[in-house]
Amino acid sequence: MWESFWFEFINFYFIPGLVLGCIYALGAIGITLTFGILRFANFAHGEIMMTSSYLTWEFVLVASSFGLILHPIIGAIPASICAIILALIVDRLFYKPFRNSPTIMIVIASFGMMLIIRSMVQVIWGPNQITFVKGIAKPNPIIKDFTSSFDIMLLIPNKHIFILLGTIIIMLIFNYLLSSTKIGKGMRAVSDNPNLAEVSGINVENIVKATWVVGGFCAAAAGVFLAMDTQFIESTMGFRMLLPMFAAAILGGIGRPFGAVAGGLIIGLAEELSAYPWLGDGPVISPGYKSGVAFSIMVIMLIFRPSGLFRGRVF
Amino acid sequence: MEIFLGYFLYAMSLLTVGGIYALLALGLNVQWGFAGLFNAGVAGFAAIGAYTYALLTTAKSQFHFGGLELPLIVGDIMAMIFAGIVATIIGLICIRLRADYLAIATIGIAEIIKLILKNETDITNGPRGINKIPRTWEHFTEERFYSNFPMNFISNPKGWEVFFDSIPKWWWQPFFACTILTIVIIIYFLLEKLRVSPWGRMMTAIRENENAAAAAGKNVTKRRIEAFILGAVIMGLAGAFLGQHLRLIEPTQTFDPSKMTFLVWVMLIAGGSGNNKGAILGAFLIWFVWSSSELVTNGFIEILATMFDSVDISILKNRAGFIRMLFIGLLLQLILQRFPKGILPEKRPAISGKSQKYAG
Repeated sequence: MWESFWFEFINFYFIPGLVLGCIYALGAIGITLTFGILRFANFAHGEIMMTSSYLTWEFVLVASSFGLILHPIIGAIPASICAIILALIVDRLFYKPFRNSPTIMIVIASFGMMLIIRSMVQVIWGPNQITFVKGIAKPNPIIKDFTSSFDIMLLIPNKHIFILLGTIIIMLIFNYLLSSTKIGKGMRAVSDNPNLAEVSGINVENIVKATWVVGGFCAAAAGVFLAMDTQFIESTMGFRMLLPMFAAAILGGIGRPFGAVAGGLIIGLAEELSAYPWLGDGPVISPGYKSGVAFSIMVIMLIFRPSGLFRGRVF
Repeated sequence: MEIFLGYFLYAMSLLTVGGIYALLALGLNVQWGFAGLFNAGVAGFAAIGAYTYALLTTAKSQFHFGGLELPLIVGDIMAMIFAGIVATIIGLICIRLRADYLAIATIGIAEIIKLILKNETDITNGPRGINKIPRTWEHFTEERFYSNFPMNFISNPKGWEVFFDSIPKWWWQPFFACTILTIVIIIYFLLEKLRVSPWGRMMTAIRENENAAAAAGKNVTKRRIEAFILGAVIMGLAGAFLGQHLRLIEPTQTFDPSKMTFLVWVMLIAGGSGNNKGAILGAFLIWFVWSSSELVTNGFIEILATMFDSVDISILKNRAGFIRMLFIGLLLQLILQRFPKGILPEKRPAISGKSQKYAG
């Protein structure tokens, strides 16, 4: 029975929540990896996301000046390479000198990097919002017709299909990387016990580089997906994402990439569903406080179960 | 003469804001320098102080809660108390977390405070903010002050009006700057006393080796919460003064984390964390660098404009602020890597004063 309740709930709350959750999940992978392997909270992660969405926009713009109309996902490929290079440069110049210092030094350094990257983007592209994709996203007509013949009408715009499929593909690749390749096994080993990993012949410095590559790629994907979803880019979008991504990483358990994915999905859904009028007419939590939801989940988690849902690491 | 007056007033406003930042840096020094608590939500505590002060002392307004018209000093004290209360709640929840987690949690709290200030429009007037915040000294020229108790005792409103017309308009500026500097000095001496007191030494012990301090019977959690609250109280006071200085506060631009939290961190680390003198020095130094860099970049852009007539400099002008931010960020990285102890490194209480010869 496809009542108006389900129609509204699925189309206007559940699917946007799922999409947002995918974006958080991709971002949280990078955070949980750096937290697990390098043992610090990387505050600059959101800014790498933001930078890559600006780069994507720039590539699409440059291509269109040559008469090529690129889909943002195509533009994201060179942008993600740039994001990876950026992450590696930042690590080499600003994080590596602190490898053997107390972790808090590297946290302060990443805190500074957050501002440096953001102001760099603001210098290059200006502080104003830029339209990423023009126009209103119409629901995909094929899915709409197909599902309404079963008496359930799903209104999914193309951008959401791209984001959902893209996330699934990246997850599958990531799963393969982590469970079946040498580098992935090394990453898990370093995350579990860096000293033991080192004495068993794993080159930790290479693993760290691999971490930045994977984290940077996921951040780039998350940034582009976010820009596709909201259809605009601005220099504070990375900072806005930072808290939900940390919440997702902590919810899933630090150092547990798939925990971070689950955490991301939960946080994304919780944020969107909190605006649903569960009780009475008005939304349960005023939309203005939406970004507070992730934070409350994080604080509750930190108090009652700091190891996260999937028994991550507690520092 | 005119130009000297201009320089004088510019110097006064530099000292005023420098003093406010010095208070923030001192507050952060208690949390980070003394106790090793990473507070990334300085802007949040300053916002609480500023808003508490503003709501309590402004004239009645239809746009926001009250305007309770309380005396200014009550506003200052309540700003400190309120910041302390919020810090207590946060401290009880988050203080046991490791430094990274505390940093994330405090960033989140600053954001939540901002959200509340933005969304509770009935109380705070939302994004439009609160204006006409009475400023210490300058408030005497407002009618509601000079026509009421202590002031109407000395002269009638008419007399005051004539008096204020007869003196230059900027008369309050040096007084305001001196008030803030005096408060900075008072708090500095109190904190110095605290630093060498048993409490201060205990804080150092806890920061350096938590387990050893706990084994020696110190209540680590309680001491940390105390330090967190004390720091927040000082930040609340700084916020109250910031509100007075700006006279118009609103949640997003005024309490932008990059300008508040981050700049204060740079100040403390540059000056030397753990050293109160360093915190003050760093605050004034970075603030002077920050404000003079505005002149330098603007001058540089002017030169560029005269050299290349065809180039449109309006874009550069818009973005000059970000170039400065970039520069300050790089400065932090440089200090962090080359001089992690800051200009004035921390002096441990054990080797200060008379016992210096024996302690080595």
